[in-house]
Amino acid sequence: MALPVPAPEPPREIEAELPPRRRWRWLRYRNLVWGGAVFVALLVVTFGAPLFTHANPLAVHPSATLLPPSSKHLFGTDELGRDLFSRVLYGGRYTIIASLAAMALGVTTGSLIGLIAGIAGGWVDMVLMRLMDLVLAFPGILSALAITTILGPSFLNLILAIGFSSAPGYARIVEAGTLQVKQLVYVEAAASAGSTTWHVIRRHVLPNVFSLIVVAATTGLGITVLSVAALGFLGLGVQPPTPEWGSILNEGRQNIQLAWWISLFPGIFITLYVIAVSIMGDGLRDLLDPMNA
Amino acid sequence: MIRHILRRLGAVVVLIVAASMLVFLIIRLIPGDPVVMMLGSNAADTALIDKVRGQLGLNLPIYQQYIIWAGNVLHGRLGTSYVNNMPVTLLMKLNYPSTLQLTVSALVVSVVVGLGLGIIAAVKQDTFWDVGLRTIALVGLAMPSFWLGLLLISLFGVTLKWLPVFGGTGWKAVIMPALALGIGGGSVIARFVRSNLLETIRLQHVTVARSKGVSASGVLRKHVIRNAILPIITVIGLQVGGLLSGTVVIEEVFSRPGIGVLLINSINDKDYPTVQIVILTFTVIFALVNLVTDLMYPFLDPRIRYS
Repeated sequence: MALPVPAPEPPREIEAELPPRRRWRWLRYRNLVWGGAVFVALLVVTFGAPLFTHANPLAVHPSATLLPPSSKHLFGTDELGRDLFSRVLYGGRYTIIASLAAMALGVTTGSLIGLIAGIAGGWVDMVLMRLMDLVLAFPGILSALAITTILGPSFLNLILAIGFSSAPGYARIVEAGTLQVKQLVYVEAAASAGSTTWHVIRRHVLPNVFSLIVVAATTGLGITVLSVAALGFLGLGVQPPTPEWGSILNEGRQNIQLAWWISLFPGIFITLYVIAVSIMGDGLRDLLDPMNA
Repeated sequence: MIRHILRRLGAVVVLIVAASMLVFLIIRLIPGDPVVMMLGSNAADTALIDKVRGQLGLNLPIYQQYIIWAGNVLHGRLGTSYVNNMPVTLLMKLNYPSTLQLTVSALVVSVVVGLGLGIIAAVKQDTFWDVGLRTIALVGLAMPSFWLGLLLISLFGVTLKWLPVFGGTGWKAVIMPALALGIGGGSVIARFVRSNLLETIRLQHVTVARSKGVSASGVLRKHVIRNAILPIITVIGLQVGGLLSGTVVIEEVFSRPGIGVLLINSINDKDYPTVQIVILTFTVIFALVNLVTDLMYPFLDPRIRYS
């Protein structure tokens, strides 16, 4: 196996002026554009669904059940004869809103906890972070699963469950960031020169931690989407007959021996959405956090 | 070293006890009365409900219930399922082997895929191969595991008829579930391995080794991978929790018996004893894997010492 010979590290100042080293390097800088374009396209087709299909996603047609994809039904029909193209487009709204709302909830709660812990320090920090560790002791979607069962399956509860169970991850990142900013010399100087805590938070901590939060949020959104779809698949999200990408996949599973198309198309959309979001996350990291790119 | 291990072990024990209290409390918050569900058509008889509740100890204050339960668990008495009167120990014995088989096979898939794709992509950095493999890893990361499972069933089960569609036993039945569960984690590992190897390749000792005339594979094995292995082990360790909880969804997809299906059913049935033990075992496994990952550090990297 031949190893690539890395170019000698040039001094930092002139690095920006050097031409890209290899053919595929440009891809990295287009991440944000590509990811953003796919994301916007998904928003357009799901929220503008009536522009692309005239079929009612809930209309049952007993004479047209389990039809394979055709020019009349682009994605085929399900066991009740409902048009899958329309169900996938309309259903995307729920998946997208749920994932964005859950992410926003998780980021807000997590950042607040992390900020409070980091600023307060001492025993407050210790107690809050040990509590976060406690929630993180339940691996993967287990905590979201538990919360949805307590609250009962519904669209709103799905958002609450996934939002709250993702908060500890963000809290850890923000707490670490806050602690790091707090001990920077100029922040200590500002504090010792008599700035109020509130002033230090607003002027020094928040701007420094902000890019951390944005990058963590976009990266976390991908995982949030997968959790939304998984809980929807387990029947803990939007209740039938309302379509949602995860729950359509559950219907696909029941008909997997007869109709592959029910399982194929919603999954393609979920995957596209997660890819778009992850690429955007990579792009944002390159943009906001050049040290770690 | 011993003191460090003991301290970490103590922290894990505290965490597990706290987690078990949380589960104990949460499961009792789930709406619905287990006794009413147990009795079914006899639930109109309030005297009977009170009697059963007394027998199960559910009329005691919750902290007393916890102390009794914890005492029993420490003595190895895991209790009896409310649903079918089976000892929870037996339910664990019946369901864990299948889930562990799935988790371990998926972990093998993850590690093989992750190290394979990651190392090739790093070695062929910025070539067509690198971009291709990174694209595969990106898609693997973005695919829901249960969707991949459905695609595999559709292709290998329904169309080609190579593998059993649902259920089945033996090694053939674990292939598709393990792939569906393991590819996602493998993609995470692959991305991490690639970026980590690239960082290490830039270090000066690698340049020195190369200029000394060490063969390319020698440099890769002894100087690059050896030095990049620590964070990679950590990431692999972190995947175990995700794989373990991922079995819940994958077992549902493949109608595979196991702990995940048991957990969902017992949550729905308000089967307190079973839920408590399943989640307790999950957190114990998860915490122990993380602990072992951490404790491996000084053995893999002699520069790290704990005093």
